[in-house]
Amino acid sequence: MPPATGAAVLRDAWLIAGKDLRIEMRSRVGLNQIVPFAVTVLVLFAFALDTDQEALRTYAPGLFWVTVLLAALLAIGRSFAVDLADGAADRLLLSGIDPIAVFGGKALAIAGQLVVLEVLLAAGVVLMFDVTVYRYGLLVCAGVAAAAGVAAAGTLYGALVAGLGARETLLPVLLLPVVAPVLIGATRAFQDAFGAAGAEGWAWLGLLAGFAAIYGVFGALSYGALLEEA
Amino acid sequence: MSTATASTADVGAGSTSSRATKVLGWLVLAGFAVLVALAFAWVPEDTRITEQGDVVGQFDAVRLMFVHVPSAILAYTGFGLTFLASLAYLRWRTDWWDIMAHSSAEIGVLFGVLTLVTGSIWGRPTWQTWWEWGDVRLVTTLVMVLVFIGYLAVRRIPADGAVQARRSAVIALVGAVNIVIVNRSVDWWENRTLHQQSTLIARKIRDETLFTLSFSFAVGMALFAWLLLHRFRTAYLERQIDELEVQEALKERWAEADPADGEKGRP
Repeated sequence: MPPATGAAVLRDAWLIAGKDLRIEMRSRVGLNQIVPFAVTVLVLFAFALDTDQEALRTYAPGLFWVTVLLAALLAIGRSFAVDLADGAADRLLLSGIDPIAVFGGKALAIAGQLVVLEVLLAAGVVLMFDVTVYRYGLLVCAGVAAAAGVAAAGTLYGALVAGLGARETLLPVLLLPVVAPVLIGATRAFQDAFGAAGAEGWAWLGLLAGFAAIYGVFGALSYGALLEEA
Repeated sequence: MSTATASTADVGAGSTSSRATKVLGWLVLAGFAVLVALAFAWVPEDTRITEQGDVVGQFDAVRLMFVHVPSAILAYTGFGLTFLASLAYLRWRTDWWDIMAHSSAEIGVLFGVLTLVTGSIWGRPTWQTWWEWGDVRLVTTLVMVLVFIGYLAVRRIPADGAVQARRSAVIALVGAVNIVIVNRSVDWWENRTLHQQSTLIARKIRDETLFTLSFSFAVGMALFAWLLLHRFRTAYLERQIDELEVQEALKERWAEADPADGEKGRP
């Protein structure tokens, strides 16, 4: 197989992302199950913190991101379950598409779903937890950067546990400690965006972008070794 | 077993010890006894008198340091070895490096948990809290232990040898990179909030304490080597058993299919 050019890798990644997103659009698992799950978690947080509107407002950024991470576990698991069905993963391997493109495409599709989820959850937080957004630019950038980081790390770990027994329980154990820095950074950035003093949101955005870049590169480079066994 | 003889110096049948590891094991035990004596009888309480005349310090809790500090260093040594062995595995793809990575990760988790537990017990009288979110080493060590518990969980999933070895190696590499990111982000996280910094810094250490601490490093290193040797050999023997079982099963199947054996293969 000749080495794929940059443009071909991008095109193939786009194809893979399109495939995954089309499956999601048609099956509506994300919309019918993952989004209601995430909203339920928000409601549970409200129950746990009682009717104290002030506490909810203070902790809204952290609660928001814990919810996103939990929902991301489902989205990542789903993304790889789709590939396992009907031997789709084998066909993908036989197609000769560069592993970097497969990684990029899957990460892109997961990130896209996470961004949609974040928009819906942000609306939920604003309505239910009574927060006010002061810096929209920061909110959007942090949301996208965090989604990219979680998607990159998630795609790597999703591929690592795909095909193993007990993968549903293994993925959270492996992924959640790894995305702890995203939780820290994204929570701080959102605190700033929601008007908390001294949160320095833009500096935390740097951490989020760095995390996404490191896991993007690491995932793309090691994805070939992970696919090799199939 | 007829093949096992007393003179077998290397891994004997059914045993993971050799003469060298036995000597090492007794040295560790003796060293530990001396360490206990030094720590409890020789090292004085940690106290000092402030300008106002108050007596402050870690008091008896300072003796925990002789378990806590070596444990922390050995935990990081274990994870460091796992990282290096995983890199080496991906480069050379031999069982030896895979077993090495697995064995040192297990020992790393053991010492990591010991570090957290002893640190927590030490923190209660010294910092007046079991847990301090304001200490970057504490939080980083916790996340590191969690990452490698996940690593060991993957190793427990039955899978084809080479597949599992490769996945485990990638997980170890990502985990090690992650430790750096977690460490940096927790550091920033703390320094931008009002958490107090750890109180251990800039305290002059007594000579007795320093000597005992160095001695505890030596005992700890010897214990680490002893554990690693035995864990490595156990894992190696486990693999050999697996291979033997496969070969036995194959032989049985061949015997069933072999027409020269006549009725013997039939149930």
